[in-house]
Amino acid sequence: MNPGYELPLEEAGYSFGFLDEYAKREVRRAILKAISIPGYQTPYASREMPMGRGFGTGGLQLTLALVGPEDRLKVIDQGADDSVNAVNLRHFVEMTCPGMDTTEHTRAATLIQSRHRIPEVPLRENQILVLQVPYPDALVVVESSEARRKTMHGEGDYARLLTRLYEDIVRFDEITIAHRYPTRIAGHYVIDPSPIPRYDLPKLHRAAALTLLGAGREKKIYAVPPYTDAEPLAFDDVPFRIEDFRDAAGRRCACARCGASDSFLDELIGDDGAKSWQCSDSDYCNEQLAVRNPQEAVHI
Amino acid sequence: MGYVAIKGGGRAIRGAEQALEALRTAEGEGGQPLALATIEQQLRLLTSRIVSEGGLYHPRLAALAIKQMQGDTLEAAFALRAYRSTKPRLLETPVQDTGRMRLIRRISSAFKDIPGGQMLGPTFDYALRLMRLDLAEESPQAFRGVARRFLAGAPDAELPDSFPKVVDALRAEGLLPPLAIHPEPAFDITREPLVFPVPRSAALATMARAETGSLLAIAYSNMRGYGDVHPTVAELRVGYLPVMLPHPVTGEPVEAGEVLLTECEIIAMYEGHGADGPPVFTLGYGACFGHNEVKAISMAILDRALQKGMRDGPNNPSEDPEFVLLHVDGVDSMGFASHYKMPHYVTFQSDMDRLRTTQDKAKARKKAEVEA
Repeated sequence: MNPGYELPLEEAGYSFGFLDEYAKREVRRAILKAISIPGYQTPYASREMPMGRGFGTGGLQLTLALVGPEDRLKVIDQGADDSVNAVNLRHFVEMTCPGMDTTEHTRAATLIQSRHRIPEVPLRENQILVLQVPYPDALVVVESSEARRKTMHGEGDYARLLTRLYEDIVRFDEITIAHRYPTRIAGHYVIDPSPIPRYDLPKLHRAAALTLLGAGREKKIYAVPPYTDAEPLAFDDVPFRIEDFRDAAGRRCACARCGASDSFLDELIGDDGAKSWQCSDSDYCNEQLAVRNPQEAVHI
Repeated sequence: MGYVAIKGGGRAIRGAEQALEALRTAEGEGGQPLALATIEQQLRLLTSRIVSEGGLYHPRLAALAIKQMQGDTLEAAFALRAYRSTKPRLLETPVQDTGRMRLIRRISSAFKDIPGGQMLGPTFDYALRLMRLDLAEESPQAFRGVARRFLAGAPDAELPDSFPKVVDALRAEGLLPPLAIHPEPAFDITREPLVFPVPRSAALATMARAETGSLLAIAYSNMRGYGDVHPTVAELRVGYLPVMLPHPVTGEPVEAGEVLLTECEIIAMYEGHGADGPPVFTLGYGACFGHNEVKAISMAILDRALQKGMRDGPNNPSEDPEFVLLHVDGVDSMGFASHYKMPHYVTFQSDMDRLRTTQDKAKARKKAEVEA
């Protein structure tokens, strides 16, 4: 091709937060709009990040637009700080945001980026939760055209979604949506709350902390502002239900490591085929362990 | 038993990096690292594909991306895009005149004789796809001699630098509608999200950096019968386009450099304009960085199909702007396909909860039926 295109060797370093300042400003504007219209999917341009679309690029752009040198960031995936993707994202933010601290403690964090979980410990007013979103639109299960979905949201027309839930009850005697459970925000827009389990949904309702949801590939940002209603769709006679962690005898399963029986659990199958349970939220598990067995606790 | 399988993520990631590097250098002692110029020149069509799908005209960086990603086109284009994210937009490029392209190839399948003449140029179109075993053990001397001999035998440059465009002749004859003037600036897909309906310029920009295979597959569906564009290639041209930008002080257009470009204009069957005037042929337009003919043709066909869909409503996937434009981006689609490899323990736990509950209910119902 053309000679004379030299490599930009002098630009090997990246600016604070990787994105250029115009991009960060655009994301911040979208955030403000999203907070002003709770549950509304605010379109934004969404830049390509140096990790795969679907690996949290939407959440990452929110984090990079928000984070400053005085912040303490926690990154989790499946509730754990040291899962491959969380490690990767945290490493990238550390690399591009010099001076910023990271932490594994939910209580110590000012900013938490998460995939698939909301931490067990209730978040405070001075904390922001960023959730990574693969599918931003709860209506996608009943309508494939984005243009038509936009109209339906505007009109608050969720009849087909409710019909879908009703059909579930007819066929299975149970609503079969496991995660990404459609949730009405501030009495109007129904959101896809990201693939968090139903277990985590009540934590969104009138939470003290701001929750921001970012879909990088689908180029949408939306928010559940603090102290805002977040109500899972349900019927008067068929209430919303979270995951059931009771064993055959009806006892609540407990974490095999810390003993907690009030957390979302991962089901583990041992080499001998025996089943056991452990906290999905690794920080919560460590905290409970420290309370229950101070001598065995992991000191981080 | 470990706490969870994903423990030790940091170590695993470092190990993966080392394994990739080990495979890249696995040729061992006798191995030669690939020079970027070698990739850029000898794998010029691969480089073309990456600058096009990466949406950034920087052949040398594209060559680096190809080397770094070990030849994976999706990953290489992705790396170029991510690099682009760190760069601000300095100005809006004014409309460029592709009539000024310095051509290496131009053909028309509509007319035997076109103003300026047909120029086959570098193409595999009529090459026999037989294995050239002489290339397997090519000597450096023979390699260096080829280009020297080709240039020695070239006629004195009496050829003009640029050629008139075929569609201009058709317009002059009234077979194509006159050029529409669009005063509004082109839609910048790197700065604005697609909110449907989108203008044609947004569709063209999206397709210009689309993944070649995805674009081809959807265009092919139209060609085969899920659509009815029935294109004739008015002109396909490949060459170097001088990029004119306003001078930062005077504002006068100055040539800032040139980019290799493939441009294709297809003519489709005519449409009656009724009150607007006599029926005329319709046009589909495709253009992308680099030498990518199949991509430019696919894009031109889809441009035509989408214009029809935007006007009359889509009858086929290839006429549906949402369907086409939201599914042709390589970075988006490969990223999402890859993300399924990440842990989904929590959602799967949730799925199992739903299945077990419905199974229990089904069993209880069955039991109740039997007892009744």
